[in-house]
Amino acid sequence: MLTIGIDSGSTTTKGVLYDGHTLLKQILVPTSHKPKVVMQEVYEHLLHGHAEESVYTVTTGYGRELLPAAHKKVTEITCHGKGAAYLGATVGADIGVVIDIGGQDSKVVLLDTYGNITDFLMNDKCAAGTGRFVEVIMRQLKEDVAFLDQYVAGSLPVKISSMCTVFAESEVIGLLADNVRGGAIAHGILNAISDRTANFAKKLPLEREVFFSGGLAQSEVVRKLLEDKLGHRVVTHPLAQFTGAIGAALIGHQKKWR
Amino acid sequence: MEIKKELPEIFESFAEARRNGFIAAKNFKEQNKPMVGTFCTFMPQELPLAMGAAVVSLCATSDETIGEAERDLPRNLCPLIKSSYGFGKTDKCPYFYFSDLVVGETTCDGKKKMYEYMGEFKPVHVMQLPNSPVGTDSLTLWKNEIVRLKEVLEQQFDVTITEAQLKHAINLKNRERQALKNFYALGKLNPPAISGADLLKVLYGSTFKFDREASIEEINALTAKITAEYEAGKQLESKPRILITGCPIGGVTEKVVKAIEENGGMVVFYENCMGAKHVEDLVDESESDLYLALAEKYLKIGCSCMSPNPHRFELLNRVVDEYAVDGVVDVLLQACHTYAVETLAVKRFINGEKGIPYMSVETDYSTADIGQLNTRMAAFVEML
Ligand code: SF4
Ligand code: SF4
Repeated sequence: MLTIGIDSGSTTTKGVLYDGHTLLKQILVPTSHKPKVVMQEVYEHLLHGHAEESVYTVTTGYGRELLPAAHKKVTEITCHGKGAAYLGATVGADIGVVIDIGGQDSKVVLLDTYGNITDFLMNDKCAAGTGRFVEVIMRQLKEDVAFLDQYVAGSLPVKISSMCTVFAESEVIGLLADNVRGGAIAHGILNAISDRTANFAKKLPLEREVFFSGGLAQSEVVRKLLEDKLGHRVVTHPLAQFTGAIGAALIGHQKKWR
Repeated sequence: MEIKKELPEIFESFAEARRNGFIAAKNFKEQNKPMVGTFCTFMPQELPLAMGAAVVSLCATSDETIGEAERDLPRNLCPLIKSSYGFGKTDKCPYFYFSDLVVGETTCDGKKKMYEYMGEFKPVHVMQLPNSPVGTDSLTLWKNEIVRLKEVLEQQFDVTITEAQLKHAINLKNRERQALKNFYALGKLNPPAISGADLLKVLYGSTFKFDREASIEEINALTAKITAEYEAGKQLESKPRILITGCPIGGVTEKVVKAIEENGGMVVFYENCMGAKHVEDLVDESESDLYLALAEKYLKIGCSCMSPNPHRFELLNRVVDEYAVDGVVDVLLQACHTYAVETLAVKRFINGEKGIPYMSVETDYSTADIGQLNTRMAAFVEML
C-alpha cells in the first residue's frame, strides 16, 4: 500500500513516496515557470518501479490542482500540520505549532495533541517575511542562499528598517555604499524576517514546541533567532522542506485505510 | 422638489442588464413617485415608504468606479465607500441616478466624511447616529433624528407623512422582515435545502425592489416552493456549516462564498448587513409612539460602528446554536477599521464561548485574491 504526496510550491516542487511505515523516496526540483510539467515529472519519478502496485496520490501547494493523476487535493495548511507532527515525533518533540516560511508566503498552524489543526494564519499578501525576501537580497549580494549560515557567521546583524522587499533592496544598496559587510547585511535581513515571523505567530496562542518548516528551515541561524524571539523551543528536521509533501502522503495513507 | 425622470447621457454606452435597470427605474419614476437612496441599514425605510417612495440600496459591489472615486477620495479607504461614491459620480448606477434624495448616517468615519463630497453633486441628508446603542441619551438623539428625517422628507417632497401612513409602512416593513426571516431560516435545514450562494442572491436582490408588497409575495412564494421541493426529497449534501459575519458582501465579494462552497463548506447564515443584521428584530407595533418604536428597533442593529456593540454578539450567540454552525468566517473589507478591530472580540467569543473555529479574511473588490481565498477557505473547511 503506497501513497505519494506532492507539494507544488512557488519555488520548489517536492514529492515523497510512503509505504505506511517509512519514506521510500523523496525528490525536490525547482518549480520554475512550468509547475504542471514539473509536477508530472516528480510524480513519474516517484512511481518509477512501482507502476504495478496500487498507489494513492495526494497533492498540495499552489499547484495542487495541476496533476491529473491525483486522487485528492489538500491545502498546504493541513498538510504542513500533519507533516510537522510526524517529523517532530521522529525527533522526540511534542509539536503544538508549525511555522513555515515558504517561497511566497508564510504560515503559522496550531495543532492539538492529536496533530489536528485548530487554527492558522497565513501571510500571502506580499513578499515581505517570505523566503523570496531572503532570495532577492542574497541575489543582490551575489551570494548563494545555500550557504547562508556560513555567510553570516561571525557578523553582527545590522538593523534593516524596511520589510518591503522593494524598499529593502534600496536600503541594502545604501548599506553597501557605506561599506557595511555583506554578511552583516544578510544577518540583518534574517533577523528582520525572524522578528516579523515571530510577531505574526504570536497572534495565536502558542503552546508546546514549534516545528519550523520550509526552505529557510535549513538555516540554523534562523532557527535560533526564532527560538529566541518566540521563547519556545523550535525544532526542525533535515527533511523539513518536505513537510507538506510528507503530510500529503500521510493523509493519503489515512484515506486509503478508511 | 422636481422628481428626476430623464435617463443620463451615458445611458447609450451601457450593457443590456444595466440598461434594463435604468429603464425599470425610469418607469417607476414616470408614475411621479420619488426614489430615496440609502447606504446603511440604520435608515428607517418606513418613513420614505410611508410617503409612497421607493427605497433602494446604493452600496456598490464592484471595482468598476473605484478609479474614478480615487480622484477625490484616498486610496486607502474601504472599497465599498469608494465604489459607491464612484458609481454616484459617474451616473453608472440607475438607483443612485434616479434617487431624488440620498440619506446617509454618521456610521463609520469613511462614510460620513464621504457624504460631505457626495452632497456636492446630489441632495444628501445625513442623520446623526449616536456612537453607542446604550442609554437614554442615545435613544433620544436617534428618535429626534428620525423625526428630523420625516421633516426633511416632508419639506423636500412637499408632502405630509401621517401617523396612519407611517403605521401602515411599519406593518409593511415588518411583514417584509418576517418574509426574509422565513426565507433565510431555510438555512437551518440539514441536509440543506439551498446553497449559501443562492441565499445571498435572494437577500441581495431584495434590496432593489420598488414594490414591497410584490417583493414580499415573491419571497414567500420562493420559500414555499423550496420547502415543498425539500419535503419531496430535493435535498443537498450535508457539509460543514458556515456562518458569515463582518462587512457587507454581495456582487464581487460573493467570491468568499464561492471559495467556501467550492471547497467543501456550506454557508447557512449571513449575519452581516446583506443578511440578518437589520432583519432579525421587528419594530414593536404595539408601541403607541411610532418614532420611539422605530428608534428602538434601529438602534439595536449590531454594527461595528457602535461602541460597545453588544447586539452583534447577542445575535451571533443565538444563531450559532439555531443554525448548528460549525465555523464562523468574518469578512473584512480592506481598510474597514471598525470591523477589523472587532475581529479580536468576535474570535474570542466564537472560539471561547461558542467553542467553534473562527477565521477572518480580508478582501477587496478586485479578483486578484481568489487563489488565496480558495486556499484559506479550503484549509478552514478541512479543519472543521
Ligand atoms: S455594517 Fe454598519 S456601516 Fe457597514 S453597511 Fe452595515 S450598517 Fe452601514
Ligand atoms: S465596510 Fe467598514 S469601512 Fe466600509 S462602509 Fe462598512 S463600516 Fe465603513
